[in-house]
Amino acid sequence: MAVLSVDALERIDTIVQKYPVKRSALLPVLHVAQNELGWVSREAMEEVADLLELDPDQVEEVASFYTMYYTDPVGTYVLEVCKTAPCSFMGAHEIIDYISETLGIQPGETTADGMFTLFRVECLAACHRAPMMQVNHRYYQDLTPEKVDALITAAQQLQLQTAAGSGFQIRKSWSEEVKTEG
Amino acid sequence: MEPILFKHTEIPDLDRLEVYVDHHGYAAFRRAITELQPQEVTQIVSDSGLAGRGGAGFPTGRKWSFIPKSVLPTYLVVNADESEPGAFKDRELMERNPHQLLEGVAIAAFAIGCQKAFIYIRGEFLYIGEILDAAVAEAYAAGYLGQNVFGSGYNIEIVVHRGAGAYICGEESALLDSLEGYRGFPRLRPPFPAIKGLYGQPTVINNVETIANVPHIVRNGADWYRSYGTDQSPGTKVCSISGPVNRPGNYEMNMGTTFRELLEDRAGGMREGKKLKAYIPGGASAPMLPGTEANIDISLSYEGYREAGSSFGSASFIIIPDDVCILRAQLSLSEFFAHESCGKCIPCREGTPWLAKTVRRIESGQGREEDLPLLLDICDNILGRSFCALGDFSTSNIVASVKYFYDEYEEHIRSQACPYAHQARAVA
Ligand SMILES: Cc1cc2nc3c(=O)[nH]c(=O)nc-3n(C[C@H](O)[C@H](O)[C@H](O)COP(=O)(O)O)c2cc1C
Ligand code: FES
Repeated sequence: MAVLSVDALERIDTIVQKYPVKRSALLPVLHVAQNELGWVSREAMEEVADLLELDPDQVEEVASFYTMYYTDPVGTYVLEVCKTAPCSFMGAHEIIDYISETLGIQPGETTADGMFTLFRVECLAACHRAPMMQVNHRYYQDLTPEKVDALITAAQQLQLQTAAGSGFQIRKSWSEEVKTEG
Repeated sequence: MEPILFKHTEIPDLDRLEVYVDHHGYAAFRRAITELQPQEVTQIVSDSGLAGRGGAGFPTGRKWSFIPKSVLPTYLVVNADESEPGAFKDRELMERNPHQLLEGVAIAAFAIGCQKAFIYIRGEFLYIGEILDAAVAEAYAAGYLGQNVFGSGYNIEIVVHRGAGAYICGEESALLDSLEGYRGFPRLRPPFPAIKGLYGQPTVINNVETIANVPHIVRNGADWYRSYGTDQSPGTKVCSISGPVNRPGNYEMNMGTTFRELLEDRAGGMREGKKLKAYIPGGASAPMLPGTEANIDISLSYEGYREAGSSFGSASFIIIPDDVCILRAQLSLSEFFAHESCGKCIPCREGTPWLAKTVRRIESGQGREEDLPLLLDICDNILGRSFCALGDFSTSNIVASVKYFYDEYEEHIRSQACPYAHQARAVA
């Protein structure tokens, strides 16, 4: 069953053109698939395999190697807080605890309403702006409990406004609304 | 000192093509492809003494000269994976001055006869990928990149390729596998990438900062470049500094100035109430040094840190304050390497989690007398036996922290507790 939209297929086509060897496009194509679906399902892997003339197991082998691909469903917002040494000296663990308490989930879990997933991740090259996290792969830095509250509230309000929209649309409008700082 | 790479700190909007061009942008590339032969470009870079800024410090001109003359196509791959804890310099170079990198790519590609170059950027740098994509499109449209640039007959295409989260992909041969659409596993060498790299073709892999230096060197000459830095380490180095200092960030430093200048003058010193316990000069893979006066006065250079028994690496300075338990710091580093081991070779795959587990045991007050020799023994079994340098990297801070902070390890074992337990929350 096809899971990718026409728009995604067009983007994939442009990406594939850039490489002398089709398989090279695998990582960027998986990004497109995940961006659309929120995660990389087995169906998505099969479709990607088909597009790049690969075996689905070859796609799965690659998708499961890289931490950015979610091979299990995740929440609409994926909060990934850096826990590596420089961030940990600046209060990363306290921020993780705070998010954990606020959302009522442990790292690795998703809230019951499917809105938020929390992960602890390794250094994201933002050690000078610690503590920090990425939400759906956009950076939020110099975190404080107040900033975390504001981000969570913004997400919840958007969810109410666009209740009929797909997770993808909500994620997109949120990242536009809550502008990421460089 | 006038910045070479960090002109964006003085010139607003340098990320915009017209501003970049107003400040000599693409002049070096024009000169290279209209006035110089590829070998002459390589010679200038060799003469400048520029060395790889990705960590290993290999002479850049020499690396380019290994590319055979008659095997086509050749590839240039820029390493923008920047995943080593403590490093965040390439990010600023790409974000604030993308055309400086693109011009460097174009010149380096010309020097090695390459018409298609790749920038492999870590996947999490989503917005930087967008900045680079936009800059590439802008440069194509303005005729600075693409077909028949400046009427020279030379074509250059640049592809920005996003990775997907794996520290190992910063290792150059694993990066190539990843770019080809495989798991990022390091390759057996020889053959070296210069002979058989991307798609089996001759390939040069260089760090972002290395390449960003190239336009300046080609425009101003090797002697000018050597007027910066020391004899053995010509030029400047962008140093990242993080931890509890007043102004953490990136600072471009003339090589040969001291770490004291970076810490106290540029970064504003330690935050109030914090004292320097130790610091790591070259990212998580470089051995930590205790914060003694002598170590604060080390010269920022490859030789300076080699002589001090550590490594300048990517010049990523991680500040460890006195209220942090050294075992907690070590645990965080050990967990990083255990998490990032790619699993290809046994010493690293088995050894890195074992190190983390043992450090965790000691830190949590369950250490045994025999754990200290055990730690060093595991290191012995990884060092030099792992397939790539990631394994070696995982041992360097264990060895250094045991050497410099032996008392702290012993105290944990003797008292069966962490003496810092009352401090901030334990590393989980
Ligand atoms: C585990 C590991 C991770 C590395 N990560 C990076 C990295 O993120 N960026 C980088 O430029 N070099 C990294 N390197 C070094 C590269 O293998 C290679 O030496 C470098 O990209 C060459 O470019 P240069 O000569 O311009 O420094 C890493 C090496 C190892 C062993
Ligand atoms: S340690 Fe958190 S971003 Fe580097």
